[in-house]
Amino acid sequence: MFYIYCPHCEEHREEEEFHAAGEAHIPRPLDPENCSDKEWGEYMFFRTNPRGIHHELWVHSVGCRKFFNMTRDTQNYEILEVYKIGEKPSITSAAAKLPAQSKVQEGV
Amino acid sequence: MSDSENNQAFNYAASVDCIEQRPATERQITGQSPLHHADLGTVAQAQLGQTGTVQLTELKLLGHLILRGRLDNVGFTSGVKLTLGLELPGTLQMVVDGDISIRWISPDEWLVVVPGERSYEIEQALVNNVQGHCAVINASGGQTILRLQGEDVQKVLQKSVPLDVHPRSFPIGKVVTTVFAKTQAVISRTGDQQWELVIRRSFSDYVWLWLQDCSAEFKLVITEQ
Repeated sequence: MFYIYCPHCEEHREEEEFHAAGEAHIPRPLDPENCSDKEWGEYMFFRTNPRGIHHELWVHSVGCRKFFNMTRDTQNYEILEVYKIGEKPSITSAAAKLPAQSKVQEGV
Repeated sequence: MSDSENNQAFNYAASVDCIEQRPATERQITGQSPLHHADLGTVAQAQLGQTGTVQLTELKLLGHLILRGRLDNVGFTSGVKLTLGLELPGTLQMVVDGDISIRWISPDEWLVVVPGERSYEIEQALVNNVQGHCAVINASGGQTILRLQGEDVQKVLQKSVPLDVHPRSFPIGKVVTTVFAKTQAVISRTGDQQWELVIRRSFSDYVWLWLQDCSAEFKLVITEQ
């Protein structure tokens, strides 16, 4: 079981109160009409599956019901960092490439 | 439009209709709590005068008003202060003044509990006093409150919730929304041995059965409000 720090409730809670909501930092293309099928498909369906540092979206579903981001090591399950939506992670791996920031939604 | 411009331009009171949700007494419709079928009144009469180590009281038919809004919206925070005479409590805090209480639910959500007969009047006052991007929702029919008091209540809670209820980490005045058995509850400590659970209407029977099972090894006594 994880013991997760909720940045909104400002205290640690049991994993039972949370739900993982997939990968973090997936910006929606600003002009979906003019996306190629490949671009839209990658936004919609394709996710990274890294070994090591991974940025995830979590929700405190039985609590404050707010979403937040978490940086977690997928090898040893260690939670390295928890930060609010719109903030940038301070711990990143060189291999974990964040999507290009041009022409996509800001603040995710 | 930025948030601040939106706050200026938006008149909340003009955008909502407030409806009296309590059953009309002139038509002889009486309100029933979600635990009406459990007939706690009769049990309480039978147990009159007994003191248990777990005492359960349903605080029924109160007004539950949910406030949504941001703390940086002055029109919202000052409107609430003006109406209720209470500041919105900070993270995981609860404030009580007489028969009105405010519980922190999330960074932009609070639960105001008021006497049932005053809920419509207070809801209207809130709607008229708040300004900007915010909301006042009457959820009175959707939930109820159970008050637990006694020396063994802490042990009952230890069986039911996945967090530390020791006074060291759960002092008086703290409120958390958490897992309670297989449902959820807004749990607050209102005294050294006194707790209040805000539970969902549809789960009230489950919680009532759970509490009976949970308190089987202690002495559960039902008392009237």
